[in-house]
Amino acid sequence: MPTSRGLEVRDATVRFDRAVAVDDVTLSLDSGHVLAVLGPSGCGKSTLLRAIAGIEELTAGTVCFDGRDLAGVPTHKRGFALMFQDGQLFPHQSVAGNVGYALRVRGRSRSEQRVRVDELLDLVGLPGYGERMPATLSGGERQRVALARALAVRPRLLLLDEPLSALDRGLRERLAADLRGILAEAGTTAILVTHDQEEAFAVADRMAVMRAGRVVQSGSLSEVWRAPVDGEVASFLGYATVLRGGPARTVLAAGGAHGDGNGDAEVALRRSALRCADDGPLRGRVLEARATPEVTRLRVDVDGVGEVDAVAGQDADVSVGHDVRLMVDLTRAAVLS
Amino acid sequence: MGTAALAVVPLAVLGVFFVLPVAGMVGRGFWTDGGFDPSASLEVLTRSRTHRVLWFTLWSSTVATLVTLALGLPLTFVLYRLRVPGRSAARAFVLMPFVLPTVVVGVAFRTLLTPSGPLGFLHLDGTAAAIIAAMVFFNLAVVVRTVGVLWENLDPRREQAAAALGASPWQVLRTVTLPALAPAIVASASIVFLFCATAFGLVLTLGGLRYATVETEIYLLTTQFLDLRAAAALSVLQLLVVTGLLYAAHVTRSRREHAVERADVRSTLRPARRTDLAAVSTAALALAFVATPIAALVVGSLRVGDGWGLDHYRALDGHEAGSTAALLVPVTEALSNSWRVAVDATTLAMVLGCLVAVLVSRRGRSRAERRGLAVLDGVFMLPLGVSAVTLGFGFLITLDRPPLDLRTSPLLVPIAQAMVALPLVVRTLTPVLRSIDPRQREAAESLGASPWRVLRTVDLPVVWRPLLAATGFAFAVSLGEFGATSFLARPEAPTMPVLIYELVSRPGADNYGMALAASVVLGLVTVVIMGLVERLRLGTAGAF
Repeated sequence: MPTSRGLEVRDATVRFDRAVAVDDVTLSLDSGHVLAVLGPSGCGKSTLLRAIAGIEELTAGTVCFDGRDLAGVPTHKRGFALMFQDGQLFPHQSVAGNVGYALRVRGRSRSEQRVRVDELLDLVGLPGYGERMPATLSGGERQRVALARALAVRPRLLLLDEPLSALDRGLRERLAADLRGILAEAGTTAILVTHDQEEAFAVADRMAVMRAGRVVQSGSLSEVWRAPVDGEVASFLGYATVLRGGPARTVLAAGGAHGDGNGDAEVALRRSALRCADDGPLRGRVLEARATPEVTRLRVDVDGVGEVDAVAGQDADVSVGHDVRLMVDLTRAAVLS
Repeated sequence: MGTAALAVVPLAVLGVFFVLPVAGMVGRGFWTDGGFDPSASLEVLTRSRTHRVLWFTLWSSTVATLVTLALGLPLTFVLYRLRVPGRSAARAFVLMPFVLPTVVVGVAFRTLLTPSGPLGFLHLDGTAAAIIAAMVFFNLAVVVRTVGVLWENLDPRREQAAAALGASPWQVLRTVTLPALAPAIVASASIVFLFCATAFGLVLTLGGLRYATVETEIYLLTTQFLDLRAAAALSVLQLLVVTGLLYAAHVTRSRREHAVERADVRSTLRPARRTDLAAVSTAALALAFVATPIAALVVGSLRVGDGWGLDHYRALDGHEAGSTAALLVPVTEALSNSWRVAVDATTLAMVLGCLVAVLVSRRGRSRAERRGLAVLDGVFMLPLGVSAVTLGFGFLITLDRPPLDLRTSPLLVPIAQAMVALPLVVRTLTPVLRSIDPRQREAAESLGASPWRVLRTVDLPVVWRPLLAATGFAFAVSLGEFGATSFLARPEAPTMPVLIYELVSRPGADNYGMALAASVVLGLVTVVIMGLVERLRLGTAGAF
């Protein structure tokens, strides 16, 4: 009864010889949403993307779009578009040639091609770049062209393979915001594969975390962020510290959580979960202190907890070797189930 | 699936027109009176003459390969990386020996080294050194061409990075440039070695009775002594050794071959510096080495008695009574035979070669598929290793009865030549196809391009120049092919090399002069064709 609109991946498995790259993955994505598949390199996320594109064959399972099983539908007839980490622009074609590629393939008229290419170059912020050759572009410009090329025929599903990873940080942040805006404006359904949680948070509205070929957690960004399924996922999502057992209980108690006292408590802390406060319930010795534009970041050896990250207001008087008191802000922590 | 279906056509052709004749020839030697009896054949391997032949084949090919690399690499560097005047003319010139028919090369070296010739004082006529020199002369182009294409596209910034890190020019060469070129160097060296080890026309015209390679020995055993058993044993031995070599080369290659990043910079040429002196002088030496035999050939063809004239050329059309009385057909007719055969053979070799190259350049998904593709790759290299003589003789004895009675078919010679040219076509195209990042094709596919469209818009723009080059090469190989053709060409329809060899083998200064003139004409035709291909290549660069 797959009646939903959008992508539906069921029990998908991709095997290379004996190695299982994608292991029984089930995912769904409603149209108009952007899903980030987050995972360390080698976890099978790119293979999953390629299987959805139809480049890799599924060993088992199904990929459906708008209720239709895509088994046997070749890549070029799926109506998707794939964008790679390094763009993979066709080096022998101009920017306009690259952007208009999908239009030419579909036999659109020259005038329509020209109008659409100009429109797309405007959209990605590169007006007037049509005659340039890919070799003369910077990395960021190439990715913008690759994006324009992928969007040209309004694909039913846009597949992005680490689209921003090759760029430097400032550019990445700017382009991530642009990407989100462009996708939202066009109402594009997209899957973004990345190992960078910031990229995922900046662009997507849903998230699936992959590990060793399996999806270990999926949901909306805030669902996943607020309740990581385990410590490993929490670390990968950018939580600075994961505590277990006694130290976890100590922190939870200090934060005012009514713990039931069982032995396998686990809590993931962001750096700002522990903050210097004169009346804080925890006490520790400052090991490192580093000023940043907004807060002072600390490394503190906390009694009963161990070494953790913490922050202090810039006006606070902290120095290495001195004792400080810390309060716990549980809104900046996740209690792991 | 798709792969298997694509593989069927070339495999079937190879099966019928290569495996069958070779197996027939080998079988003829091993089966006597209806029973399998290899002992009689293997006896040949214990003869001391055979040992001498094997040893000579091995060491002469090794030395020739090393010398070819030693001369060829500096020459490649100068012609493809330095902004030296006349480099495109020099590039075309260096290719000339390779497209010259082996018989022509043999004749040129004999003219040069004969006691009364320009270099007669060196007393090299009939020595191993002469044979090796001719091999180097012939194969220099293989190195320059194979390595040059890669070197030209190598991003100089990587070398600049190494230099900035404190590497001397020599260290840059050793640690950055050579490793990057390794696939091309290994590929060209193995091809050169194979060409040397299976050289036929060269050794036959230069070696006389003193020197024989396995290939000429097979010819001798087959045609002179009618000792098919011994010939079959040598053929099998050659096949085994060459298969082993090809396998070794394949292992090295696949370990090194990867998608090469092409230089984004417009030109990788730089002006010559003082440190390039050694390379430039070696290159000059190599060019002189290439020029000398060619000059000797041309000069010799113009020499009439004690004076000069075009008499030998005039005699080619057969109208002058006396001079061609002994020839069944005039040389001009042989030339048009050669042309027709070459067109057919090239078409066949290109169709098959493209199919095979597209196939073997795929990256298999599973280990089984990868292994299958690797085997396929190797199988289509086999014609390189099988004696053309064996192939030619095999054609005669297996394709002589229905349903495949081709004895009188005008396609017999083109098919045999296509088999000889096929490995060359495949080897020219495959590395280029492999160097295309597969994600380029995937991106195109995901944008809605059908497989055919992907081939046209992603592969073709990169591969069309090598495609032209391969076509030119195949044509040249066909024009010059001698080993198999000498068996298959009917006496009333000889090709140029066959006729030239016939002229050389006859006594008389007039016949020899005509052989020289015919060689010049044949050489000129091939060179002009290759030149056109080259011109086309340069003229439309960047049109896509």
